[in-house]
Amino acid sequence: MTWLIEARGVSIDYRTDAGWINAVRDIDLTIAPGEIHGLVGESGSGKSTLALALMRYLAPNARISAGRILFDGDDLVPKPAEAMRKLWGKQIALVPQDSLAALNPSHRIGDQIAEIARVHDGLSPSAAHKLAVEMLRRVHFNDPEGAARRYPHQLSGGMQQRAMIAMALIARPRLLILDEPTTSLDVTTEAAIIDLIHDLIHETQAAALFVTHNLGLVAQLCDRVTVLYAGEVMASGGVSAMFTRPLHPYTISLLASLPRPIRGTETRLSTIEGVAPAPTQRPAGCVFAPRCPAAVSICDQKPPIETVGEGHLIRCHRWREIETGALIIETAPTALEPNTLDDVLLAPYTLKAIHLHKTFRRGGIRAWLMGKRGTKAVDDVSLSVRSRSTLGLVGESGSGKTTAARLIAGLETPDEGTLELLEMPLSSNLRARPVETLRRLQMVFQNPNDSLNPYRSVGAALARSIRRLSETKLSSVEVERRVKALLAAVRLSSDYAKCYPTELSGGEKQRVAIARAFAADPALVIADEPTSALDASVQSAVLNLLKDLRVQRGVSYLFISHDLNAVSYLADWIAVMYRGQIVEEGTVDDVYGFPSHPYTEALISAIPNPDPTIRTRRIRLNEEPDDQIPTVGCRFHRRCPRKIGALCETDAPPWRDAGGQHFIRCHIPIEELRAVQSENTLMTESG
Amino acid sequence: MGRLISTLTRQPLTLIGAIIVGIFILMAVFGPMVAPYRYDTLIRGAARQPPSSAHLFGTDRLGRDVFSRVLWGAREIVGLPALTTALSVFFGSALGLFIGYRGGWIDEVVSRIMDSLLAIPALILALVMLATIGASQIGIVIVIAILYTPIVARVVRSVVLSLRSMGYIEAAKLRGESDFYILFRELLPGVLPALVVEGALRFSYAIFLTASLGFLGLGVQPPSPDWGRMVNEARDSYTQTPWALWAPAGAIALLIIGVNLLSDGLRRILRYESSLV
Repeated sequence: MTWLIEARGVSIDYRTDAGWINAVRDIDLTIAPGEIHGLVGESGSGKSTLALALMRYLAPNARISAGRILFDGDDLVPKPAEAMRKLWGKQIALVPQDSLAALNPSHRIGDQIAEIARVHDGLSPSAAHKLAVEMLRRVHFNDPEGAARRYPHQLSGGMQQRAMIAMALIARPRLLILDEPTTSLDVTTEAAIIDLIHDLIHETQAAALFVTHNLGLVAQLCDRVTVLYAGEVMASGGVSAMFTRPLHPYTISLLASLPRPIRGTETRLSTIEGVAPAPTQRPAGCVFAPRCPAAVSICDQKPPIETVGEGHLIRCHRWREIETGALIIETAPTALEPNTLDDVLLAPYTLKAIHLHKTFRRGGIRAWLMGKRGTKAVDDVSLSVRSRSTLGLVGESGSGKTTAARLIAGLETPDEGTLELLEMPLSSNLRARPVETLRRLQMVFQNPNDSLNPYRSVGAALARSIRRLSETKLSSVEVERRVKALLAAVRLSSDYAKCYPTELSGGEKQRVAIARAFAADPALVIADEPTSALDASVQSAVLNLLKDLRVQRGVSYLFISHDLNAVSYLADWIAVMYRGQIVEEGTVDDVYGFPSHPYTEALISAIPNPDPTIRTRRIRLNEEPDDQIPTVGCRFHRRCPRKIGALCETDAPPWRDAGGQHFIRCHIPIEELRAVQSENTLMTESG
Repeated sequence: MGRLISTLTRQPLTLIGAIIVGIFILMAVFGPMVAPYRYDTLIRGAARQPPSSAHLFGTDRLGRDVFSRVLWGAREIVGLPALTTALSVFFGSALGLFIGYRGGWIDEVVSRIMDSLLAIPALILALVMLATIGASQIGIVIVIAILYTPIVARVVRSVVLSLRSMGYIEAAKLRGESDFYILFRELLPGVLPALVVEGALRFSYAIFLTASLGFLGLGVQPPSPDWGRMVNEARDSYTQTPWALWAPAGAIALLIIGVNLLSDGLRRILRYESSLV
């Protein structure tokens, strides 16, 4: 096998105040031409460091302390910067995570792309411009000429990322490094970008390194994958072998912990205990041993990296036992108390939000003087959450789902609409809510890093919530007892009461934030993307915790997420939001099944499935900038793959009853929708 | 405290700044006690003496000991700006917290008024105001405090705006905390690093402005040893007694350098990046 890039024994250190710290250690990584190689790991695993090291593009305080990086047989490590500059852009190109930051805001898209061709291939300005437009066409811009004349801020996030890909590929590089290129994009946009990368790599026969934390994307896109943990390669090999018969305990546990699109509401997700060690606290032996369910005494010594089969590497002392079946990593999920659907259909309402409207006026006096109208974030949204059940509210960024939740929480005031909590009127003004109401409605926020006051200890934060929301005045002994009980309920030891938020990991902070929401006895907890900022191995534990607390405390959730896998794990009901409106609502089974709204259908088909053997139906939506949302007709009509005609452009679609409390906002009659959608599935399954 | 000292030793510039400021504070407190002469003592037959062991910084054209006058003057040049800074930090942070947290039209109106105030050069505004209310020590303090309050308020407001949408503030609202509690218990600790850095910066500007006003004759009235006034008085006889100009001018420069080094160091230690300077 001839590799295009071959890293052997690479170690990278960073210089800090405390001296040199080892970030990645003894890495072997090879990529062949035409291959898409996935590099997965949690935050802090060193995946981005490694990816940038492969192109010798490290921060000034980083050094490659050992190893060789052979690019086409030529060692890059000793090369002077001048020689590297000739390779960058021409031979090796990078697509970064944050495309808006990577594009120069003051130059037109076309000029920026053309510059690469002028510098590296010596093309004339007009030839380079022509090529740039051609590249934009190849990355599926509808109007490449027009797009070339635009400035980066005039493009949507997905378009910017496609422009970055065009820029990376214009000089026909032989190695493409993609550093989490879709992390900040919506799932439908992500799916389109992934398809594009797949097609372009196979067309150009370049080698690609795809860095991500999303195992689903790896399964759907990559040929081979390397799993990084705490700066070391745990396993490496072909995607189908790695996903269907994983041999490393970390890979096995990680795959088992992912919420799957296949429904399994009544079980818990399997979890990995603990958190990944900080670079300064990595164990001397196997780095995964402290969290490994199969760790034995030999794991105190560093395991060697061994070749298991053709191109399949494992760093584990016990892989042979796992391969023969002598050792089984316990991932079987434990059952939960069931929450049967009959109950759910009949249960009384915990929350009713009726005809909510919210328009955000823009920028104060200036916008007012210029007569700018605001954006309608929430447009006639009605939601209901039943007792002891979870309503999952899904939609892409800008759909208004977070605004809807904040209206219910009282953090924003609706322009119109009424709220009911436990069948009693709920004031939309937070200040007007008595403490009896505040106690029953709490919230968990998206970003664990800003949901706790950094200047207050965990114990003090919880104590304050307990005191404020208590029905009676509590003694300090009683408060302390409740703080301990709350910490225990979120599976944290009572030592955490003394900690300050900066001392906690993201998952721990989110547990404390959940504990705070349960300080009194809430009837409804609004959880706004509570796991989106967490690593995969931590996410499942938080989802389990939410599920356990629901049963133990008899609470209802309004769970907001763009991650449909997480929603399907936790929710009984789903409401799908698009551009400020609910387009579909029903039980999880109904929404995931047929018929469903064309947008829901596209959303579900875009979820990357962490099983490489399953290829889901591929419905890919084009993009539409936020400022071009249709104001008449169906808001989805310009992107809808099932648009039936002029009716969709002129008339607002009806709210159709699909039976069993399942509703769809679409012009297509329910029966017709069911017919075309199930036909599609049959075709995909047979073909 | 131990951590502070170890941080300071790793940042030698901050340490130098701290030492300089410390020396000037000591001068302000003990200067008049250790000065060999009073600030207004006319030494018979010793006018225009160059620096010597008897007169470290020489004497001025009237025969006053410059070293003693610098020592006496330290109290005012450190004390008045310190008072000014305290006042502007107090009122500025209260105002900034209020408008930043409330937002809406109050914020809009107050911010625009502050912007227009800041558009006029501070020195000119100070001259006009002092000319109106009459030059006095308390006048200087009030005028500079009025000038600097909006600057502090703007910095505090910008920090509050970034903290206002934090989850922990919203969590406080959801448990029904009063505005007062949210402002002073939840928001204020997060504003403090910015406030400390901005306070140090304001202190150095206040020193400069006080000295400038003294130089222009609007500061403390003679014969009190105001450094700015001393520079101005020594100007006419610069060719005969250059030391009488260099001593107070050097003292002003050294003090401002010290305060700036210290505020830069505080910025690094507190990891606060000011967006408005």
